[in-house]
Amino acid sequence: MAFAGQHEQALLSARQHPSPWMIVWIALRSHKGALIGAGVFSFIVLSVLLGPFLWHIDPQELDITARNLGPSFSHPFGTDNLGRDMLAQVLAGGRIALAVGFTAMLLSLVLGTAIGVLAGFFKRLDGPLMRLTDLFLALPLLPLLLVIIMLFRDTLRASFGPEMGIFFLIVFVIGITSWMQTARIVRGETLAIKEREFVLAATSVGTSGPRIVFRHILPNILSPVMVSATLGIANAIITESTLSFLGLGFPPDFPTWGRLLFDGSAFVTVTPIRVLWPGLAISLTVLSVNFIGDALRDAIDPRVRNE
Amino acid sequence: MLKYLSRRLLFAIPTLLAISFVLFALLDLAPNDPTGDLPLTIPPEVREEIRESLGLNEPFHIRYLKWLEQFFINEPLNFIEQTTGLTIGDSSSRFRVRSWLTRSPVVDLIIERLPQTLWVVGLSYVVGILIALPIGVISAYKQYSWFDQIGTFVSMIGFSVPTFFTGVVAIVIFSAWLGWLPSIYDTTHQVTDLPSFWTQVKQMAMPVMVLAFYNAAQLSRFMRASVLENINLDYVRTARAKGLRDRAILVGHILRNSLIPVVTMIALGVPAIFSGAIVTEQIFRVNGLGQLLIVAIQGGDIPLVQTLTFIFAILIVLFNLVADILYGILDPRIRYS
Repeated sequence: MAFAGQHEQALLSARQHPSPWMIVWIALRSHKGALIGAGVFSFIVLSVLLGPFLWHIDPQELDITARNLGPSFSHPFGTDNLGRDMLAQVLAGGRIALAVGFTAMLLSLVLGTAIGVLAGFFKRLDGPLMRLTDLFLALPLLPLLLVIIMLFRDTLRASFGPEMGIFFLIVFVIGITSWMQTARIVRGETLAIKEREFVLAATSVGTSGPRIVFRHILPNILSPVMVSATLGIANAIITESTLSFLGLGFPPDFPTWGRLLFDGSAFVTVTPIRVLWPGLAISLTVLSVNFIGDALRDAIDPRVRNE
Repeated sequence: MLKYLSRRLLFAIPTLLAISFVLFALLDLAPNDPTGDLPLTIPPEVREEIRESLGLNEPFHIRYLKWLEQFFINEPLNFIEQTTGLTIGDSSSRFRVRSWLTRSPVVDLIIERLPQTLWVVGLSYVVGILIALPIGVISAYKQYSWFDQIGTFVSMIGFSVPTFFTGVVAIVIFSAWLGWLPSIYDTTHQVTDLPSFWTQVKQMAMPVMVLAFYNAAQLSRFMRASVLENINLDYVRTARAKGLRDRAILVGHILRNSLIPVVTMIALGVPAIFSGAIVTEQIFRVNGLGQLLIVAIQGGDIPLVQTLTFIFAILIVLFNLVADILYGILDPRIRYS
């Protein structure tokens, strides 16, 4: 272990600024919780991606003779009140939940980074953009999400079909209501990096503004953005399942983890085990992502890193 | 301080106006129509006249200004009249915002639901704070001890596991298996004597504890970080050097200073718990404000949705203000200029 530590030290001193992936690797390796978190998260992602190929039962297949069963060999997670296999449903629901999580996180990340960089780099835009950020932070988000979904659900369903319509809508509303923290962090980092010598050097050789942003500023703010990304996935998954739990997310024939939990909660006296699987899936995913995010934050926080 | 306060208050007004505009404009896109439940036998031209008389054909900015007048002038006046029995101005011709679903004034509906939310949500916040503060302090004071390790892990769980899962699990354990606690909150229950008080405690236990666990998880992490930041500062070393006992340093010096950001955090968290209550009230069937909002959204009751979301927004702006002011009062180093 001591040897590994020396090795890392040598790498760090050899390259004054370790690449973001290096930071991720070092952070994850030295942090037991994050290592377990990364393992659990990969396991969930892999089983959700590959599971349906190994477990062939159709999640929507009804079997009236096998209703409300507990776990058994043919149905490891039991069945629901219509005899649908819970394992297949949890796997299928996970695909949607994770897809929503990743896409919404990407949208909020792109929005937040763009607004943060613009506000930090162009002095004229700083005031208006930060006022906009403050305004968004003062909006009551969960009620607003519910209202937006109520208003646009039917329109989008009509134009993109029931499944893609609600997917676009949910990704969009989560994305545009969760970029504010990223924007603030990115703005702060941009303001600091803008004053550094290498940016001055780039400006003095006549590099254009956009090129400075893409070549010099963005690579240097990658680590705080990555922390935002992990926390963003957790946030997006929680928000999506909250919406689905409140009955304003995905429809019951296209269930995500939140919807499965919502549907199961009506049957807690009949099949209490049924609410456990989707709930555990949400909790484990968010928990593991949060552990990874914590380790990343420690890794890029200079106060912690220097110890 | 006073100057800062007045400037801060003045800044809150455009924020609120902007939010009200966003909410109004958004809900204006709604396809819902207040004449939607009139009989179909009404001919279209009569229907058009009804719409005209309701002011629905006015341009957007007129309707927005009318709504502002209604919300900021008429409804508060109505409210004052109702509570004090006074008559201010021409109160009989003053309109009231009415819910499309129930036809009763929106403010009355909200006042009816407010106590349940305040009891459940408020109590859970207080319980959460009472749990979180000692845990945070002990975790930081004995950093990396087993207590800290377990505390950090449990708070990570409380922070990550959504309340709708902890709530459902609590129902499964305490209602379905053990049968100790009722899973549905009975609002009509009246506390008159000791047994009925005990029933009330039992039905409040689960919603309060579920929400308190979530709040405590976030706050204890914050408290721990705040104490850790203070524990290595110079004034602590000075206090130790002059021979103070550890307990006196912790309570008299570290705790006081590390509570400053935590108190502002607590103030900032108040609006968020109202949103959190939306979920908790849905799980335990508490008919509070959150449940009212869900019903209003599902029924397309625009006036009710508009009022409720705007009240949530006012809460956020208000408690941001409170947090700022508290920070200034508690920390004399902050100078407002």
